Parts: sequence; C-alpha cells; structure tokens
Amino acid sequence: NMASDEESDEDFVSYGTPLEPLEEDEPIRKPVPVHEQTVKDEKGRYKRFHGAFTGGFSAGYFNTVGSQEGWTPSTFVSSRQQKADRQNARPEDFMDEEDFSEHGIAPREIVTTDDFASERKDQLKDKARAVSSLAALIPGDTGLLEELIAPARSSIGVELLRKMGWKDGQGVGPRLKRKQRKQNDDAVQVYGCAFPPNASEESEDDDEFAPENVTFAPKDVVPVDFTPKVDSHGLGYRGLNPLQALGGGSESGHINLFTLQSDRTTSLFGDRNSRRQRRGGIGGQAFGVGAMEEEDTDIYHKDSMSNYDTVLGGEEPGDGLYGWTAPQQYTRKKNDSKRDVTYLGRILDGFTLASEVTEIKTVYPPPDLPRDYRPVHYFRPVVDSSTVSPIVAQALLTSRGHLSQEAPQQGRHSLGSSQRRDMLGETPLQGNHIPLEVLRLFKTVDRAAVVASAKAAALRALSSPWSGPTADASKTFKPFAKNSQKQARYDLYINKLKQGDKDALESSLDSSMTEWERGRERDEFVRAAVLYKPSNSSLSSRFTRSKHEDDTDSVEVTRDQENDVDDKQAAVKMKMFGKLTRERFEWHPDKLLCKRFNVPDPYPGSSTVGMPKVKRDKYSVFNFLSIMDSSQVSREAPSAPKPPGSSSTLPHLTPEVSSKKSRWDIPGQVSEPKDPLSAFLSETRSEVLVAKQIEQKTEEEEKEEDEEEVRPPMDLFKAIFASSSDEKSSSSSEDDSEEEEEVAPSTSEPIQSSAETLNPPVSAQITPAPDIMVPQKFIFH
Amino acid sequence: MAFPQPRPQVPQLPQHLLRTIECQQGAVRAVRFNADGNYVLTCGSDKSLKLWSVSRGTLLKTYTGHGYEVLDVDSSYDNSQLCSCSSDKTVILWDVASGQVTRKLRGHAGKVNCVQFNEEATVMLSGSIDGTVRCWDTRSRRYEPIQILDEARDGISSLKVSEHELLIGSVDGRVRLYDLRMGQLHVDFIGSPITCVCFSRDGQCTLSSSLDSTVRLLDKSSGEMLGEYSGHVNKGYKLDCCLSDKDTHVLSCSEDGHVYFWDLVEGSLTLKLPVGKAVVQSLSFHPTEPRLLTAMEGHVQVWGAEPEDTAKLSSVC
Repeated sequence: NMASDEESDEDFVSYGTPLEPLEEDEPIRKPVPVHEQTVKDEKGRYKRFHGAFTGGFSAGYFNTVGSQEGWTPSTFVSSRQQKADRQNARPEDFMDEEDFSEHGIAPREIVTTDDFASERKDQLKDKARAVSSLAALIPGDTGLLEELIAPARSSIGVELLRKMGWKDGQGVGPRLKRKQRKQNDDAVQVYGCAFPPNASEESEDDDEFAPENVTFAPKDVVPVDFTPKVDSHGLGYRGLNPLQALGGGSESGHINLFTLQSDRTTSLFGDRNSRRQRRGGIGGQAFGVGAMEEEDTDIYHKDSMSNYDTVLGGEEPGDGLYGWTAPQQYTRKKNDSKRDVTYLGRILDGFTLASEVTEIKTVYPPPDLPRDYRPVHYFRPVVDSSTVSPIVAQALLTSRGHLSQEAPQQGRHSLGSSQRRDMLGETPLQGNHIPLEVLRLFKTVDRAAVVASAKAAALRALSSPWSGPTADASKTFKPFAKNSQKQARYDLYINKLKQGDKDALESSLDSSMTEWERGRERDEFVRAAVLYKPSNSSLSSRFTRSKHEDDTDSVEVTRDQENDVDDKQAAVKMKMFGKLTRERFEWHPDKLLCKRFNVPDPYPGSSTVGMPKVKRDKYSVFNFLSIMDSSQVSREAPSAPKPPGSSSTLPHLTPEVSSKKSRWDIPGQVSEPKDPLSAFLSETRSEVLVAKQIEQKTEEEEKEEDEEEVRPPMDLFKAIFASSSDEKSSSSSEDDSEEEEEVAPSTSEPIQSSAETLNPPVSAQITPAPDIMVPQKFIFH
Repeated sequence: MAFPQPRPQVPQLPQHLLRTIECQQGAVRAVRFNADGNYVLTCGSDKSLKLWSVSRGTLLKTYTGHGYEVLDVDSSYDNSQLCSCSSDKTVILWDVASGQVTRKLRGHAGKVNCVQFNEEATVMLSGSIDGTVRCWDTRSRRYEPIQILDEARDGISSLKVSEHELLIGSVDGRVRLYDLRMGQLHVDFIGSPITCVCFSRDGQCTLSSSLDSTVRLLDKSSGEMLGEYSGHVNKGYKLDCCLSDKDTHVLSCSEDGHVYFWDLVEGSLTLKLPVGKAVVQSLSFHPTEPRLLTAMEGHVQVWGAEPEDTAKLSSVC
C-alpha cells in the first residue's frame, strides 16, 4: 500500500492484506433485507429457524434424532459377534458435523501436539490441578507426586538443540571470542527486537583472565515476554488472583499485585522451584484448632516489613531482561542511573524517567492579612425605594427593615427640597409659592388632561382592544407612590406623553427644584416610563389581530322568504289546500345531481346551488320587513295571481289597491285582529263587496287611504334605518338590540294599525310606538 | 260486434294473513319490499338488517354493520345494492350478495330517518333528524354528498324519489317537492308534523300522513287536496302510509293495531285490518300484487288477497 513512497517502505513493515481502496463513486451497497437473510447449511439448503428455545435451526433428520432408517444409527454393528472390536465411544461420535465446523461447539483446528509444543503451561490443566490440590491428600500439593513419578519430557526443540551441541544454560548461536563479542555489541544496529545486547556487562568485565583463544557460547538470553495486554488494568498491574488470595495466599501473605519483570519471566517459564509450599484449604480459627495443630498465629494477615524495600536503589542488578532490546532505554540505563536513582519508587516496565524535569509550578503564598482582620462579611441589599415598586418595598420593609435603614444612608439626595423643608419644619420660602401655584395650575390642567385622555382612551378602547390596558396602566402602576408629589409629576408626564407632547418631560418637572434634582428626576421618569411600557407591548405582541374579521353584521339569508304561516294555518283549517298552502321557490339542483338523475340542468348558466341567497344585515330592519312584505304578497296572491318567481321581487306599490282596501274596511276584522283567516275570507269571497265598499267610502277616508297607499317605498325605509344602523353597528351590539326593539313595531305597524283602527295616523307607520308590540312576527324569522 | 266491456275487477284487498315472520332482531323499525316484491327487508333495532324471502318466509341474509338501530332501507332497482340508514347517523350502501358494506357515509348530524335510491341507484338520498336531506353519489368515491337540501326547518321524517322529483316530508309540517327538471321547490304546508309521504303510482298525486291522524292526498302539480282520510290514530309515532298497487286504496298504519284501508276516490273506510294489539309501525305494499307487509313489534306479517292454506302456519326462523 506504500509502494509509491520508497523511504517509507524501508521504515514500515506491512502485515496482512490491505483493505480494498475505497472508491468514492461506488454506490453504497444496500443492506440485505431481513427476509433475504437466510441461513443455509453446507449443502446450500435452507435451514428453518425454530426459535431459540426450541432448538434453533432444524437439526438431525427432519428435525428428529432419528435417521432415514429410523432410530437405529446406520453405523450400528451388533456387539454380539464383534465384542473385541468394541471401541470406546468418544463424545465426538455423538456430535453432529456442524459441531466440528468453525462455529460449532467443538471446532476442529490444527493444534501442535504435545511433543512439539513448547513448555508453556496449559492454563486449563493448571487450573484443574489447582482445584484438585485443594482436595488432595496432602494439602497444598499441586501434583507433587505426579512430578516425582512422571518422566521428564523434553520437547523436540530441546532435543534437537542438544544434538547440535547445545547445553543447558548456554545461549544459542555461534561461539564467540571475548573481544569480538564486545565489538559486536558496539557495532550492532538494532532493529526492533533483533539481537540481544548484553546488559550485564559489568559482571563480565571483571573476569579479565579469559584466554585469547577460547571461545564462549553466547549468553543465554531470556526473551522479553510479548504477551499482549488483554485486560483493562493499569500497566504492570496483575489483578487479584482469587486462587492465590483464597487458597492459602502467597508465601509471605503479601499479595504483590505489581509483579516484577523477573517474577513474570519465571512464571512464564514455569519455574517450579519458585513454588513454595502452600498452606492449602481454608485456614484460620474459624474452623477451630485441632488437638494436634498449633494455633495459627496470623489469623489476620500481618504485613511484614520484609515486603518493603529497605535499601535505597538496591535493586538486584539483573532486571531479568538481560538487555533484550525492546525497551531501548535500558541500554542507556547506566547513563541515566543517576537520575533514576533519585526516583525512589519502582519504575514500571517500559517506562523511564523523563530526561527533562518539568518545571515546578511556583506557588505563591497568600497575602498577609492584617492583624485585626475579621473574616466576616455582612451583605447589605441596596434597595432604592424609588426604583422598587411600592409592594416590594413594603414587603422589604416588613421583612427586613432594610429599607428603613437605607433611608438615612441614602441621604438628602433622595429627598426633594420641599421634602427636606418639611422635615426640617421650615416655612416655605416666598419664592416657592409661585411654583406651587404653578403646580396647582398644572394639576387643574392635569385634571382636564386626564378627562381628555380618558375620553381618548375610551375611544381607543373601542377601536383597538389593547389600548385599554395602556390607559389604565398609569393608574395601576405607581412607581413613586411614596412621594405623592413626585407621583403626581410622573402621572402628569405620562399623560402628556400620551397626548404626544414633545417636551412632556420638561414641562412636567417641578420648576422649583434644583437643576440637579430635575436631572435626576428626569432620568427616573424616563426609566419608569420605559419600564412599564414594554410590559404592554409585550402583552400586545402575543396577540395578533384576526386576519379575517368575521362579518357579524351581515348574514346569508335565502332570498325568498316563506310566507306568513298564520295564513296557511287558516287555509289548512279551511281545508283550502292549493295555492294558499303551496309556495314555489327557485331551487338550483347541483349539476352532478342532475346528471345522476338524467335530467338536464334547469339553470345551465348559474353556479348557485340550492336556494338563491342574498346577504343581509344581521340586525337589519329589512329582515323583518320582508316578512310583512311577503305576507302581503300572499294576501295579494289569490286575487291577482302572479307568474311564478315574481314573489321574490321586493314588493312595491301594487296596482291591486282595491282588494287591499277592502280588507281594511271589513268591520268584522276589528274584533279579530290576529286572524288572517277572516282577512283571507274577505279577500277571496267578496269581490263584489269590494266594489261596494269603495263607493261607500267617505272622502276623508279616501284621503287617509291615499296616504296609506302612498306608504313610503322600501328605499325610504332603507334611507332612514340603514344609515342609523350603520352608524351604531360599530359601537356595540346593545345598541343594535335596542334599535331592533325600536324599529320592530314600526315594521309590523301596517298590519297592526289596519286591525285596530280604521284610520291610523300615517306618522305611526314610521315613528316607533313602543306600546304596540307584535312579538310573534319574530318567531318565524 | 264488439264484446261488452268486462266489468272492472273489484280490487282485492290483502286481508288474509299469509304468514308471520318472527324476525328476532328486536323491534322491527321498518319493513320494505324490494324492487320487484319478491323479497322483504326488515330493519331491526338490534342494529341488523335482514333479507327474507316472501314466498317461503326464510331468512336469506343478515347485514350487520350499523352502530345503532336501523331505521330505513331501500333496495336498488336491480337488487344488487341496498342502502340503509340508522340512528348512528350513517348511511350504508350494501352489496346484497356478499353482505359487505360497500360504503359507509357519515355526514348527518343526527339519526337518519329515511333513505331512498333514485331510479337508477346512482344517488342515495337520506333524510335526517338534523333537518337535511343529503344526496350521496354511489358512483364516485366521494364521501361528501353531492348536495345538501337544508330547506326544512325541522327533522326530515320521510322522503320518496321519483324519476326527477324528490318528495320530502318534514316535522315542520311541510311537504317539499323538489323538481329537478324545473329547478323548482314546491312547499306544501300541511301544518302538522309529517310522518310519511309517498307518490301515487301514476305519479300525479302525493300522499302525506301527519300527526293530526290524517292522511291527505294532494295533487302534485297544484297542491290542491284531492282527498282526506282519517279515522286511524297517529299521534306520536312515525307511521307509514301507502297506496295500493292499483292506486285504488289508501293505506295507513295506526296506533290502535290496525291497518286502515280507505277508498281513494270516495275517502270512505273500506277495511280496518286487525294486525295486533300494538302499534303497526311500518307497512309496505307489493309493487304489483295485492300483497301487504306490516311490522309490529318484533315480527312482520305478510298479507295476501286470498288465503294460502300452505302458508297459514307461521314460519319461525
């Protein structure tokens, strides 16, 4: 992977197969969906999953323990004839093929046989032996007898070395001369873990008597243990061996968790001599002391001083490494010995002391305190009575009394000159009278201004819902309530500010005050005004005006209103079904409905569906007027039938005056004012009578009737009422309802008047007569 | 020489009980012949809708799917579909053969009193206590009605559909006739709450019964009353009325346990058929034969013109 860089090729050794180079353009492979993630056996057949608790994947012969032949295994051979051949069954004989595979329970792998294996301790065996030793005859014995009896075995490698002339204790390699060996040491260039330099030269340097022609075998070198670190302990930490801790412990009772390198190497090489006798089993007095036993002295572990270093730097010269190259620093150890010696602790494997001592952080002593310093601090809340709201100030006053203490401390600056004067009991100066009067003058002005502003606020409250609180705020928010004069000035300022006075601030300040006082107050006022303003704006900012102002004033009304029910009721009583009870309306079926009914659309051009509708004022007079109008139409209908659909038109003065007249004139009607039946009777049945009655009329009656005929057209009504209702509709709904009540009688007036009096005053038709009310008319609307 | 005209046959009235069907679905709210009169549909208060054979009196199918008692049912002209309405405010379009709900239409604000197909079963019309008639499209997948007729001021109690007209009776005491072809609405004021409306078979008259214990026959075009029939009791219940197969008689249920037959022209009471002791809730006249269905409490009775010996025994299913 580093072919391009030759120098780096020299430096690095690459292991393993490199990963395939990533290609940017290659689309990311889709993950295999779950339903395609199938399991197949070695022959490519699908394996069905039976669930983890029911045996996982199917196994055996169709998920049974049998075979094609049944329960009998195919390899069965009767032992009757072949008793001698009977072989011992191993566990493997009962295992499936899958179990021997890579992921089976007993994977088969290539293992070095015991003959060729190095003398590495078999961990499993060790453990087993240790466990058995606890229950052994001789406690603490770990295969002592076995070691005595078992023949010594040496591995093939040792045998081969011996045959090549190697002797125990010698190093491996060509024999060397003394000097040569020294030169070699100097000339050697070390790569990684190439060659062992001798670390224990000092001992060898001493023997000068070595003859020139004698060659020596190289020194036996113990390789550095390169066992990879698999645990998460700290470097050099071994962890507690439970066997050692519980099963008798180590020889001295001190469990050294930090092993020396030498210890490790010995344990690595299985130095059996280092194994001392152990006290097996569980010791201690808890199990009682037998008659033949001595009382255990150290029931509880006592640490002896021998476990600790008592000599400075007196480590054993050989660190067990014998100069193995890997930790290169050990070669330089001698040079650095002076430095290492200064360090009292044990240097961990693979570590050396830093060559440069890091600078010691200089710590400066704390400052000298004065002799009479008392380390107590007492916090005093600084509360300005003018900036805190009166409620808070009151609370503070009652709870702590701090505020009262503050007052004298704040000094005279917080008080106005007039206040100071009052406190001192001085008589007001002559010159001060005028400003006071000015102030009083201001107050009257103020009062007027308040009235004006209240009016304005009320107006604004009607128009916008959020100006109301603003107007009230000056009354509720009193930042200078303690100082009434100051508060009054502030209120004045606020009021002026609202009116848009530009120099509101200057004009509202007390002119009698000093320049400094005024400046101070100016600041306070501005701050206070700003303080209470945002609360308003923040409140209003949370609300937005509705975008679609629902038009409450108008309502959709079907254009064609139904006629008076009373008439129809009467007709039903008379069993006069037909024109009296029937009404025709224009009705627009949906286009799709027509299509579904296989009927041509009766109104091909129109887009309306259902009854044609018109928009009308909700509380308009004309909604109520229309009842009357339509009822009039219905009354006219029998005498003068109109073409269908004409009922929708607003009634104007009808040419059939005579028929109408006749109705008014029937004396019988007076007794039954509410009965339209009689009216109807008069209309329908006395055509001849009508003519007679017209003739019988007196002149004045005719005049009046003329007036009645010249009933103002709808436009006039509209002109009168529409304008007034429009005006007041903005103000409030209460006005509207009042208006209704006022207007309503007038609308029903014609019927009423016709029933009650023969000659009603014309004015009564328009002017409301509150005592005459016809509430029934509204029921049907 | 021409033969003398045969005397017109005296109309036979279905006055013989052919069979009684115990429906076992609670109270039978409505009983209806299907389009050709071979089957009976009963609406039960136990939320079920049942299809029966008239000739044998056997249960053919039960349609379940409503959430509350079924109030009315109508079958399409080809007997392939049913529409029913219920107190659960829904209208359901059923597939007759499979018994599955083809469409369940929600939109009414109250219980739905009556439902009808139009002639070609392309539109379902349902009238509800909420005062509206909704026209549902059976052809499209829309769940909104084509049009809502909200002119009534009170609940709709009954509606009938002819080829281009909708006849709607409302509790506000008016019979409304929507003429699609003319684009007109005729409102006939009756005064008393309408319980049932129907067209005459010739399509010239409308019959309406109201809670003042009166059945009125009105001329469709003018609204004039052609006949008034009374004598029965109809004061609180939504009772059905109908015309006989040849338009010769007017029939109405009664709260006194009878079905009243009036001569259409003379207006005289022809027959007072005793059905039972309770209220006769619903009736349906066979489209072509003199055969009548009446519903009382939990059972339906089939009446015929001449007694059928074999069918005298009541069949219980």
